[in-house]
Amino acid sequence: MAGVELSGVKKVYPNGAEAVRGVDMKIDDGEFIVFVGPSGCGKSTLLRMVAGLESITGGDINIDDRVINDVSPSERDVAMVFQNYALYPHMTVRGNMSYGLKNRGLPKEEINKKVTETATMLRIVDFLDRQPNQLSGGQRQRVAMGRAIVREPKVFLFDEPLSNLDAKLRVQMRIEIKRLQRRMGVTSIYVTHDQTEAMTLADRLAVINDGRIEQMGAPIELYNNPATLFVASFIGSPQINLIPARFEGGKLVSGSIQLDGFENLPENKDLVLGVRPDALSQNSDSRFEMRVDLVEQHGADNLIYGVLKGAAATEGDETEICLKVDQQILPDIDSNLGLSFDTSRTMVFEKDTGARIV
Amino acid sequence: MKRVQFEHSSIPYLFIAPQIIIIAVFFLWPAAQAMYQSFLLEDAFGLSSQFVWFKNYSDTILSGSWLQAAWFTMIFSVLVTFLSLAIALLLAVKANEVLRGARTYKTTLMWAYAIAPPVAGLMGNLMFHPIIGDLYKFFNAIGWDFDHKLDAFDASFVVILISVWKQVSVNFIFFLSGLQGIPTSVMEAATMDCRSPTRRFWTITFPLLAPTTFFLMVINITYAFFETFGIIDTTTQGAPGGATNTLVFKVFQDGFRGADLGGSSAQSVVLMIIVLALTVIQFRFIERKVHY
Repeated sequence: MAGVELSGVKKVYPNGAEAVRGVDMKIDDGEFIVFVGPSGCGKSTLLRMVAGLESITGGDINIDDRVINDVSPSERDVAMVFQNYALYPHMTVRGNMSYGLKNRGLPKEEINKKVTETATMLRIVDFLDRQPNQLSGGQRQRVAMGRAIVREPKVFLFDEPLSNLDAKLRVQMRIEIKRLQRRMGVTSIYVTHDQTEAMTLADRLAVINDGRIEQMGAPIELYNNPATLFVASFIGSPQINLIPARFEGGKLVSGSIQLDGFENLPENKDLVLGVRPDALSQNSDSRFEMRVDLVEQHGADNLIYGVLKGAAATEGDETEICLKVDQQILPDIDSNLGLSFDTSRTMVFEKDTGARIV
Repeated sequence: MKRVQFEHSSIPYLFIAPQIIIIAVFFLWPAAQAMYQSFLLEDAFGLSSQFVWFKNYSDTILSGSWLQAAWFTMIFSVLVTFLSLAIALLLAVKANEVLRGARTYKTTLMWAYAIAPPVAGLMGNLMFHPIIGDLYKFFNAIGWDFDHKLDAFDASFVVILISVWKQVSVNFIFFLSGLQGIPTSVMEAATMDCRSPTRRFWTITFPLLAPTTFFLMVINITYAFFETFGIIDTTTQGAPGGATNTLVFKVFQDGFRGADLGGSSAQSVVLMIIVLALTVIQFRFIERKVHY
C-alpha cells in the first residue's frame, strides 16, 4: 500500500514534442484515480512514466516516498494491465500469472498458492492450464488482471483495459474492477478516454488536456463544478449544451434571447453559457423554444435534440440543444417545445480562454 | 437433391503444366535415372554396363572416403546451421534495438543476401589467397600457422567461415521480421515482470521466435547440405585429401570427375534418404516444441 506523488513531471520527446507539460499530483494510499482526456492528451504517457516504460524528462515521481525515476520497471512494485492484455502467448494462464513471481525467486509452493488464490477470486481456476489463445476476450482480461493482482503490487496501473471488450462485458468488468479495488484497497491509476468509465470508477478524476491537468477532483464535483469549458464539455453524457452569448446592459444576450439574473459579467467579450441537458426542463409557458429534430428513447428517459430558436449562431451553425426528459415526454419531430432553465445550474465561460466565470 | 455440376475445363491443367513439367524434367526423371543407374556398373569408357544389384551401395557406404565425407557433412551442417543462426539472431536482436540510423544498419547487414554462393566462394578465395589474401596473412601474422591447402582443419575453417557469412544475412532478415512481429506490449509486460534482459530474452523473446527459428533451421540444414556446393567448388574442391568433401560435392566429384556414374548415383540415392529422414525427424520431434 502506498501513495504516489508526481511533482513537475514532464515528458519531452527527442524531436521536441512535449507530451506531458508539468504535472503535479498527490495520490493517497488506496485511492482510485482516473486519468481521462481525449486521445493524444498525454494521459497514457503519464501512466507509462509511472510504470517505467517511458523515461521521465523532468520532475520526480515518488511511490511510497521513494523517488523511482531511475528505478527499473520491475522494481517499482507496480503492476500494469494493458489495453490488449499483453499476455505471453506461449505460456499457460498459470505460466502467465506465475512468471513475475518466479523471476523474483519465490518458492514454488508459495507461487502456486498465490496463483490459485487469485484465480479463484477472478473465477479463472478452470482455465489455469489453457493457453491465452483458447480464451475469450473477457477471460483474457481476467487473466491480465490476475497477472497484476498476484504480484501484490503497491500500485495498479490500468491502460484502457476495457476498450477491447464489447459493451455489455465492459460494464460488467467495470463493476468488477471497482469491487476488486475496494476489496484490496490498492492504490490504482486508470487511464481511459471514456467519460462514463471515468465517472463511475474514480475516487478522484484528473481531466488531462494537452499534457496538463485541467482539473482534478471527485467525479461529481467535476460534473457540477467544472473549472473550464474543456472539463465541462468533456465530462457528462450527453454533452453539456453550449450557447454563445454576450453580456450587454445587465443581461446575458444570445441572438434574440435575453436572460436575467446574471451580474458582474465582463462586457464586450464573447461568452459561452453552459447548461447540462438535465438542468433543462420542458415548460410550455416559457419564452424559450426549441425546434425538435430528433428524439432518442433510452428507456427510462428520452433525449430530445433540436435547435434553440432565436439563439446566436456559432460560425453559421444554429445552436443545437439537447435535453433529458422523462420517458412520457415524447414531442413530435419539427414541433416546438418550450424550455426552462434551472438557473442555479447554469455556467458561464469566457470563450477565448475557456475559463469559468460563474 | 440436385448436385451442382460445373463444366469441366482443361484450362486449370494448362496452368499447372509448367510446374508439373519442371518437376518432372528436373526432379522426377533425374531421380528415376539415378535410382536406375545406381544398380549399374559401367566400364571405364562408358560403352557397356551391367546390372550389379546393390554392389554400388555396399562399395559406397563402406568406403572410407564416403564415411569421411558423411562425417564432415554432419559436422559442417551442424556448425554452419548453428553459427549462422546464432550470429544472425544476435545481430537481429541488436539491430532491433537500434533507434537511430536503423535502416542503414539493417540494409548493410542484409547486403550479403544478394551474393550467390559461388561468388562468395570466389571472394573467400581471394581473402585466403596465400599471396594476396588479407585473412591468410592476418592469421599467419597472429601466430596461427594457417594453410588451408595443406591442413584439414584450416580448410574446414575456410569453408565454414564463408558458408556462415553468406547465410547470416538471410537468417538476419527472418529473425528481424520475427522480432518485429512480437507485440510491443508483450515485451513491456515482460519488462515489468522480469528485471534481467538476458532472462527475458530466453523466457519470452526466444520462445516467441521459435516458429522462425524452426523454419530457418530447416532452410539452413538444406543450405549446408546442398547450396554450399558452389562455395566448396570455388574454394577447396574437397581438398586437402577429401577433408572438405560434403556428400553433395562427393557425388559430383565421383560422378563427373571420376566418371563413376553408378557409384555416384548410389551416393545420391543414399543422400536423398538421409535428407528425407532428417526432414521427418525435424518435423516430428522438433516442431512439436514450437509454439505458433
